[in-house]
Amino acid sequence: MDLEQSLLLAGTRRHLFAQAGFGIGALALQQLLSEQSQGALESSSPHAASRSEDASNPMALKPPHFNPRAKRVIYLFMAGGPSQFELFSDKPKLREFDGQAPPPSLMEGKRFAFLKGTEKLLGSRRKFQKHGEVGMEFSELLPNMAKIADEACWVRSMATDVFNHGPAKLFMNTGFQAPGRPSFGSWATYGLGSAAKNLPGFVVLQSGPRGPRSGAALWSNGFLPSSFQGVPFRSQGDPILDLNNPQGISKSDQRSMFDFVRALNEERLGATGDPEIQTRINAYEMAYQMQSSSPELMDLSQESQETLDLYGAKIGKASFANNCLLARRLVERGVRFVQLYHTNWDHHGGGENLEGALEQVAAEVDRSTAALLTDLKRRGLLEDTLVIWSGEFGRTPMGEVRGSIGRDHHVDGFTTMLAGGGVKAGYIHGETDELGFGSIRDKVHVHDLNATMLHLLGFDHERLTYRFQGRDFRLTDVHGGVVKALLS
Amino acid sequence: MLKRLFRRRFLIGTFATLASVALISLHHAAAAETGKLRFNESIRPILSNNCFQCHGPDEKKREAELRLDTFNGATRDLGGYSAIKPGAPEKSALLERILSHDRDEIMPPPKSKKPPITPNEVALLRQWITEGAQYEGHWAFQPLSQDPPPVVAKSTWVRNPIDQFILSELEKRTLLPSPEAPKPVLLRRVALDLTGLPPTPEEALAFENDTRPDAYERAVERLLASPHYGERWGRHWLDQARYADSDGYSIDAARDMWPFRDWVTRALNEDMPFDQFTIEQIAGDLLPGANKLQLVASAFHRNTMINQEGGSNPEQFRDETVVDRTNTTGAVWLGLTVGCAQCHSHKYDPISHQEYYKLFAFFNSATDINSKGQTLEILPGEVLKTANAKVTPIQLEDMKVRVARVQSEAPKRQSAWLEKLKANGNAGTPWQNVRLENLATESGRDHVFQPEGVIQLSNGGKPKDVFTISFGTNLEQVEAVRLRVIPAMTKGKIAPFTLGEFELLLDGVPQTLVLAQSASESAKNPPKAAIDGNATTTWIAEASSAKDGAYEIWFAPEAAIQPNGRALSVRIRQEGSVVFDGAFQVSASPTIPLLPADPKLAAAALQAVATGKPSQSAEQSALRNAFALIDLAQTSAENALERLRKTAKPATLMVMKELPEPRPTFLHMRGDFLSPDKELGALQPDTPEVLPPLQKGTGKVSRLELARWLVRADNPLPSRVTVNRIWMRYFGLGLVETENDFGTQGTSPTHPALLDWLSSEFIRKKWSMKELHKLIVTSATYRQSSDARSDLAERDPRNLLLARQNRVRLDAEIVRDAALVSCGLLDRTLGGAPVFPPQPNGVYAFTQNSKPWVTSKGAERYRRALYTQFYRSAQHPLTSTFDAPNFSTSCTRRLRSNTPLQALMLANDEAFYEMAQGAALALWKDESQLGDQADVTRVRNAFQRFYSRNATQTELEKCLRFLDACRHQAKSDPAQEVAPDPVFAIPNQSPIETAAWTALARGLMNTDEFITRE
Repeated sequence: MDLEQSLLLAGTRRHLFAQAGFGIGALALQQLLSEQSQGALESSSPHAASRSEDASNPMALKPPHFNPRAKRVIYLFMAGGPSQFELFSDKPKLREFDGQAPPPSLMEGKRFAFLKGTEKLLGSRRKFQKHGEVGMEFSELLPNMAKIADEACWVRSMATDVFNHGPAKLFMNTGFQAPGRPSFGSWATYGLGSAAKNLPGFVVLQSGPRGPRSGAALWSNGFLPSSFQGVPFRSQGDPILDLNNPQGISKSDQRSMFDFVRALNEERLGATGDPEIQTRINAYEMAYQMQSSSPELMDLSQESQETLDLYGAKIGKASFANNCLLARRLVERGVRFVQLYHTNWDHHGGGENLEGALEQVAAEVDRSTAALLTDLKRRGLLEDTLVIWSGEFGRTPMGEVRGSIGRDHHVDGFTTMLAGGGVKAGYIHGETDELGFGSIRDKVHVHDLNATMLHLLGFDHERLTYRFQGRDFRLTDVHGGVVKALLS
Repeated sequence: MLKRLFRRRFLIGTFATLASVALISLHHAAAAETGKLRFNESIRPILSNNCFQCHGPDEKKREAELRLDTFNGATRDLGGYSAIKPGAPEKSALLERILSHDRDEIMPPPKSKKPPITPNEVALLRQWITEGAQYEGHWAFQPLSQDPPPVVAKSTWVRNPIDQFILSELEKRTLLPSPEAPKPVLLRRVALDLTGLPPTPEEALAFENDTRPDAYERAVERLLASPHYGERWGRHWLDQARYADSDGYSIDAARDMWPFRDWVTRALNEDMPFDQFTIEQIAGDLLPGANKLQLVASAFHRNTMINQEGGSNPEQFRDETVVDRTNTTGAVWLGLTVGCAQCHSHKYDPISHQEYYKLFAFFNSATDINSKGQTLEILPGEVLKTANAKVTPIQLEDMKVRVARVQSEAPKRQSAWLEKLKANGNAGTPWQNVRLENLATESGRDHVFQPEGVIQLSNGGKPKDVFTISFGTNLEQVEAVRLRVIPAMTKGKIAPFTLGEFELLLDGVPQTLVLAQSASESAKNPPKAAIDGNATTTWIAEASSAKDGAYEIWFAPEAAIQPNGRALSVRIRQEGSVVFDGAFQVSASPTIPLLPADPKLAAAALQAVATGKPSQSAEQSALRNAFALIDLAQTSAENALERLRKTAKPATLMVMKELPEPRPTFLHMRGDFLSPDKELGALQPDTPEVLPPLQKGTGKVSRLELARWLVRADNPLPSRVTVNRIWMRYFGLGLVETENDFGTQGTSPTHPALLDWLSSEFIRKKWSMKELHKLIVTSATYRQSSDARSDLAERDPRNLLLARQNRVRLDAEIVRDAALVSCGLLDRTLGGAPVFPPQPNGVYAFTQNSKPWVTSKGAERYRRALYTQFYRSAQHPLTSTFDAPNFSTSCTRRLRSNTPLQALMLANDEAFYEMAQGAALALWKDESQLGDQADVTRVRNAFQRFYSRNATQTELEKCLRFLDACRHQAKSDPAQEVAPDPVFAIPNQSPIETAAWTALARGLMNTDEFITRE
C-alpha cells in the first residue's frame, strides 16, 4: 500500500473511531494509530520524501532507514570554542616558534574574527601526556577525560565554515549559518519520534555564566512542525515554564479542572466530529503527566552518593555536572535527544584567558564528562547511546594580543569526541600540521560529522528530508559524507 | 450519464494511489470532460519530480544536453531518435528508458535515489505522447484566465460567484455542500477572522436578535469598519514583513520599528489599494516628493536583522540583508522560492543564478550597512492616533522652529553682548553674598553661620547628603546664583567635591535652571550634569580647578527672579563616597556673568575685545565660543526642545535610502559574497524572464520600477499569490496549498478557475482588500458549517473540495486576545510603542543577554498581543508555544501544532489565571439579582462570553456539577494551600465563590473550542 494512502486511511479510521464514541480509551487509540502508521511506513517505499506526520501523535515511534547503532543522543556542546592546543593537541613546534610570525604560506587566504595579522605564534604552556592504549594526548587540564581515552573516538581534524560564534553554532547544529533551519535534535525526533511517555523528545540543558550565542535558534524546529523543537529545561526548580499549578490550586483542584475540560472537549468532539479535539484531549493528559513526572525527574536525591560524587553533582545546584546526571536520567526515561550547552570557552585573552579562566571551565567539564561515559557504560546504556563532545570551532595557533594570553577563533583542525553506540572506541582520527593550522589527513567537515551521526541513528542523511519552500531540505544541506572510519 | 459517471469512477479508482486522492481525482474528472490530458495537470508533476533535476532549466547540472522542460528540448533529434516523439510513444526514448530493467539504462537512475516511476504515471505519459505531447507553460506564469463562473444545478445555494466555482466541482462528484453554520458560530467565526476578536456578549445578542435578511452582511460591514480589522490583518502582513521589535542574532537589542507596524494597521483600515500598499513599502522612499508616511512604509525592508556581535564583518551582514530582501520580495509577492537560485540555477523553476542576482541588484544599492543606516524620527500618534501620544508632531515641529529662530538671532544678541563686554568686561560679575536664614540637611548635621554668607559645617553627617540653604537678598532681581564650595584643607590639599544636583527654589518651587558654569569642565562630569534632573550624573570639581581654596559654580535660571521678599533657597545634593568637610558660600547677581567660567575662554574673549580687531577670524571665533556658553536664550530654547522630546518619546525608525550611485552587483559564486564573479561583470537590475518584462524607460532602474512592475495588471503572480494567502486565512488551506511555492515544485490549484477569477476580481475592484474580504466571507462556501461529515471522510478527507468549512486553531496572539475579550479586560487602544504583559520567569535563562522586561501595569497589561514587545531571540512564551515563528525571515504561513506545552500555558500561566479571575468577576457583575437560578444564569452567560453560544443541557449540567464540586472541595478541605490574594475578587462574597467561578472560567478557557475558530 502506498504510504500517503495508508495515512489517509489511518486518518479516516481515526475519525471513525472518534465518531463511534469513546469505547476505546484515548491512549489505547493513540497506540493503535501509531502502530498503524508505523506499519505503513515500514511497508512503504524507502524513498518517501517526508516522514509520516501524525498530527495527533507527532512523537509516535518511527523506524529509521536501516538498523540503527545508536538509539538516543547526548550532545555536550562546549560553547565558545575550546582550545585544542591547551587540551588535546601537543605541538612542540609551536612552542619552538613561540613569539615568531606565522609562515605567510599558512596564513594566506585565511580570515579571522579579531586577529589583525600581526599576531605571533603561541606555544602552549600546558603539559601533555599520552593516555590509554590509543595514546591520545591530553593536557593536565583533563585528567578524568584522559582516563576514558579508550572509550571514545577522538577526531582531531574537524573543520567548519564559519568563525563567528552565533553563525558557527547554528552551522554545527542545523547545517546552515542563518537561523530558521531545524536543529539536529529536531531532525532526530522528526525522524524517530520519542519513547518518552511524559517528557518531550528533545530536551536542552544549559550551564555556565550565560546562554550560548544564537539562543533558541540552536534548538529550533525551523520549518519542521513545532512539536519537534527542543524544549529547554532549566536545571533547577521547574524545568519547564508553567509547570506548576497556579498558586493556591491544589493537586486535586487541578485534576478536577482537567477532568472538567476533558468532559467539555468530549462533548464538542461528539458535536463536531473533529479529530483534532481528540489530539487536544491527549495533549492535556500529557501536560498533566508532565506536571507530576518532571519533579521526579529533577529529584537528584534519588541518586546514590557514589553517583553524585562520580559526576561531582550537588543537589540543588545548577551546574554542568548536574546536567550530565540529568541527561542520563532523561535518556533513561526515553528522551531521544538531550543537548547540553556549557559556556564559556571563548578564551581570547583578557578576562577570558587560557590561564585561570580555562582552568576553571575545564575543571567544570572534565570530571562529569568522564563520569557520564562511565555511568552510561555500567548501566548498559552506552552501547546504544551516542555521546558527542564538541565546540563550534577551535582556536588559532597564534596568540591574541589582549590583557593576558588567549587565542582567536579558528575553523580548522579542532577536536571533537564521539563515544557510544556504533562509534569506534579507542581510535584517533585525523591529524593536523606541525603548527596546528589545519588538517593534513582525514579532514572531517561539520556536514560529514552530521552525516555520520545520522548514519549511526539509522538514517541516510540524503534521504532524511523535508519539503520546504519548494526544496527538499536536509541537515547536511547538499554536502557531507559518512566517515566510515569512525564506525565500529 | 451513467456511462460518464462510471468512467469517472474508473479514473478515480485507477489513480487513487497517487499522492492526493482528491486533488488527482479533481484533475482527472476535468480531463474526462475534454477527453485529453493536460500537461500542467497530469504530466508536469511527473517530469518535474523525476526528470528536471538533470534534464531541466539548470544548464550546469544538465545531463546529456537533454532538457525535458520544453517541447523543443524534449523532441530534439538526439541522432536518429528523440526523447519524445509526439504521437508515437513506442518511438519515444523517454518511455523506453523509464521501462528499462537495465541498471545503466533505467531512468531516473538509481543513484538519484528517486523512486521508480509508477505504472500509472507511465500510462499517463503514454497517453499524453499519443495525444501529441503538447506542452503548456507552467500555470502560475500564464496570464489570468477569464473563465466565467460555471453554471451549477443547485443555484439556490449560490450567494456569489465563488460558490459557483466550488459547487460546480462538488456537483461533478455528486457531493452536497454543508448547511450554513448556526448564527452564533457564524458571528464568532467572522469576527475572529476579520478582527481577531470574538464578539462581546452584547454584539452576539444584537446579532441573534437581528432578523433582517441581511443581518450577516451588516455584521460584516461593521467588522470591516472596525479599527481592529487593521490590527488583525496587519498581523498577517507583519508576519510576511518579518516584523519584530529587536535586531535578531545574538545581541538582539530592542529597536523602534513599531511606527511601521502602525502604518500597516492604518493602511489596511483605510483600505489602501494593494498596488499602492506594495509600491509604498518596497519603494516609498523613492517616490517623487515622498511624504513622511511613505518613508515609514519603506521600513518594510528594514525589518532585516542586524548582527552586533564583536568581530563580525559588516559587509557579510549587509549581504545577508540584501539576500533577505530579495528572497522576501520573491516569497511575499511572487510566491516563488527565488532563494534557491542564490547558489545555483534553480533546478526546477526557470530562474537562473544570474537572474537571481539581477533581482538582488535592486536591493543592493541601499545605504544601510548592518547596524548603520537611514533613520526617521516618528512620534507616538503620528502614524496612528494612540492614547500614549503626549506630544503632537506639530508641537515638536513648532519647538524646532523656535530653536532655529533663536539660533538665527544669535548674531544680534552677540553684538549687544559685545557692547556690554567692551563697556564692563573687566569689571566682573557683581556677586553679592546672600543673607543666610537657615540650613536644613538630610543627615541632620550641625553648622555655624559665618560672615559673608559662609556656612561652616560641623563634624558628622553622611557621605551623600542634601543641604537646603534658605536665604534673603536685597537685590531687586536675580539673574544668576553662585555656589562656592570651600573644602577643609588636609595636609595642604583640598578634597574634590561631587555635586549630584543643584536647585534654586522660589517659594519652595524649583526654578528651571539653564546655565551651569564652572572652571572645572570635564566631558564626563560637566557642570550641566548638576541641573539635568538626574542625581546620578554629577559635576565633579577636581582640586586643580580650585581658586583661592574653593570651587565655584554658577547657575542662571530661565527667567530673572524678582525676590520681592519671597522665600528663596538652594538645594545642594552632594554625592560621592566621602563625608564633605568644609563650608558653602552662596551669592547672587542681578546680571548674568558676561564671561564664561572657563578662564581660558574668558581670557581669549577679553583679549579679542582688547585687540579691537573683531574682524579677524581667530578673534571672531573666540568671541563666538565665549558667547555661546552664556547665551541664555539659545540654551534655554534647546533645553525646552530636549524636554519636549523626552516627553514625546519619539521612535527612531529605520527606513530605506538609496545610494546616489548604485553599487555594482556581481553574481556570487555558490552564493558566497566573497566570491563575486568578476569575469561575468556587473549585473544590471532586472526581473525574471519568465514573467512580463520590466518597463525600463530611460533612466536608472530602481526599487521603484520593481515595485510598479510587481503590481502591473499583466503580472499574473502577485494577485494570485495575495488572493491565495487571503483565502488560506479563511479556510486553513490555500487554493494552492504551497502558498509560498507557485513554481513547478508547488502544488497545483485545487480550483484554478476560481483562483484566476478571484485574482481578476481583485484587480477589477482596484486592488481593494476589503472588497476581497467581503466577497469571501459573504459567500455560501465560507458560511458553511465546519462539522465533520462521514460521507466526506472517505471521499475528500482533506476537505480540498470545501463541501464544509474547516475548524482552525487560533493564532498565538488571538488566543490571548480572545481570552481578554471573554474576561472583559481587553484594552482596545490602537498602536504605539510595545508593551510588556506578564511573562513567566526564566524566559531569559537561555539568551545571551537578559532583556529589560518591566511588566506593564494598568490597562497596558491587557493590550492585544500584537503590541507585546517581540524579541527575536526570546519571544514571549505565548507566541513560541502557539507557533508564532521568531521572524528571522519572512513567514508566509504559520504551522499549527497541538502540544502539551500549550495546555500547560493555558492552564497554569499567571496571565491566563489572572484573566480567569477577571472573568469570574465579570460574571458576577453581569447581573446582581439572579435568585435561585443564579448559577444557571451565570453559566449561560459564561458560555456566551467564551463561546458566543448557548450551553447545551448536558454542558450546563456538567458546569453546575463542577461548580458544586469546587465549592464542596474548598469547604471540606480547610487545610488547603492558601491562595494569594486574587488580582480580581468577587466583592462581598466568600473566597469560595471567587475560587469556584475562577475555576469554571479557567475550565472554559482551556477547551479546544475556546482556542478554535469553528
